[in-house]
Amino acid sequence: MSSVAAYPTTWRRPPQIVKDRRWRIALQIGIFVYLVLAISTVDVNWSRVYEGLERGQRFAMGFLQPDFTSRWTDISRGLIESLTMTLTSTVVGVIISVPVGIGAARNLVPRSVYYVCRGIIAVSRALQEVIIAIFLVAMFGFGPFAGFLTLSFATIGFIAKLLADDIEEIDEAQAESIRATGASWVQLINYAIQPQVMPRLIGLSLYRLDINFRESAVIGIVGAGGIGATLNTAIDRYEYDSAGAVLLIIILIVMVAEYSSSYLRKFLQ
Amino acid sequence: MLTLDGLSKTYKTGDSALSDVSLTVPKGQIMGLIGPSGAGKSTLIRCINRLVEPTAGKVLLGDVDLARLGKAELRRQRRRIGMIFQEYALVERLTVMENVLSGRLGYVPFWRSFLRKYPAADIQRAYQLLDRVGLMDKADNRADALSGGQRQRVGIARALAQNPELLLVDEPTASLDPKTSRQIMRLLTEICAERDLPAIVNIHDVPLAQQFMQRIVGLNAGRVVFDGPPEALTEAALTTIYGEEDWNAMRKGDAEQAEAEADARARMEAIA
Repeated sequence: MSSVAAYPTTWRRPPQIVKDRRWRIALQIGIFVYLVLAISTVDVNWSRVYEGLERGQRFAMGFLQPDFTSRWTDISRGLIESLTMTLTSTVVGVIISVPVGIGAARNLVPRSVYYVCRGIIAVSRALQEVIIAIFLVAMFGFGPFAGFLTLSFATIGFIAKLLADDIEEIDEAQAESIRATGASWVQLINYAIQPQVMPRLIGLSLYRLDINFRESAVIGIVGAGGIGATLNTAIDRYEYDSAGAVLLIIILIVMVAEYSSSYLRKFLQ
Repeated sequence: MLTLDGLSKTYKTGDSALSDVSLTVPKGQIMGLIGPSGAGKSTLIRCINRLVEPTAGKVLLGDVDLARLGKAELRRQRRRIGMIFQEYALVERLTVMENVLSGRLGYVPFWRSFLRKYPAADIQRAYQLLDRVGLMDKADNRADALSGGQRQRVGIARALAQNPELLLVDEPTASLDPKTSRQIMRLLTEICAERDLPAIVNIHDVPLAQQFMQRIVGLNAGRVVFDGPPEALTEAALTTIYGEEDWNAMRKGDAEQAEAEADARARMEAIA
């Protein structure tokens, strides 16, 4: 072995993507030139920015001094609407999701049923809640009923898909052993499938419950009632102190829902 | 009595798992099915209760051809065939009692099984079976709380709850230690003798098969290559079933194990 002094004392990570030094410099210059040119084309209306800053400051001040009292009746009505919408739509959504989810499990049903149920799930998942809400508000008018339908519909796509995926991953041996006893299809579901997927179904339903509350605030803005509608009204009236109060309440409820549902899920697993 | 006539199974991939298997298992006979992995042992057993659909041939249980039944009739006939699985295949999150009662699923309407309101006679019989396999006090435990040997005994009780005319047993000792394996095999043979039940036991442990089976059938590449009493299972016969191997080494290993067990027993007796 030669002495330690013979080895280099510095090491640099070799370039990984562009190996040629000249190309690297050219690229760096190119990016810089592009940025300068691109920024120079942006036309900023500084007076509007200034106005916006002022409004933003009022908004921030509203947050710092949230006003729960002067619009309390509106806020509490919105809250109750939202919570009602959340709970009812989750329950209805889960009840509908269970048969759809079973139908969308490749290992339990004939191909034709599978494709129909997967189709229902695909449609429900393809449309974002806000878009469904816009449609349903146009169909059923403003208010929480449209919101309830929107959230139920969105819940179906979510729960049914995850339930179906879970059913497809069950331990087949358990299903085979029940089938071998001469059990009928419904008995197979009840004895071999349900015990295996139940904890997960409960966990998913609780998770969906808190997603639905958050979504209820969003779809309220497009007219589907609830706390979102209250928030929208407050902002439209420039009542940022009330809007701040609403936002704080939403944050609080989402946090409570989040923690309690994750606790419950842990408890049930 | 079970008769297989020209039973064949070709999988969709074109693999021929069974070709032209013909066998007769008379009442009360325990038949061991041995052969290398992939020889079609598991497929053969599953073709009988049609967990796997045979491509050709007849499966006669009594005078019913199981291979030709429609769905509803197949379910009714499956009640006559109890099956015991490798790795137990109990429904882990159900109680031991529910697992045993699930053997009655083919006999009760859905509402009874859903509400767990089984007829009194079924419940009585389930308790009787649990007592027979020595798990009377475990009835309310969840199946996943039991040890391997206990789980397999629940599996046996579940199969017997069907009041079967035939037992299909798929690698019953695959995940059990040697001592528990012997206990399970002894229990199986006793139960078959008590009820004059025929059984097909798919087993990969040759010495265990020789010890407990009345008849041994060897499969290789989906064909029956050996059929005779355990004494006739010579080295030459084993070579036709499994291919070339030093069989004496395996037997010596088994002899050592038997000695060790005998030794352990002697010591236990000395302590007692």
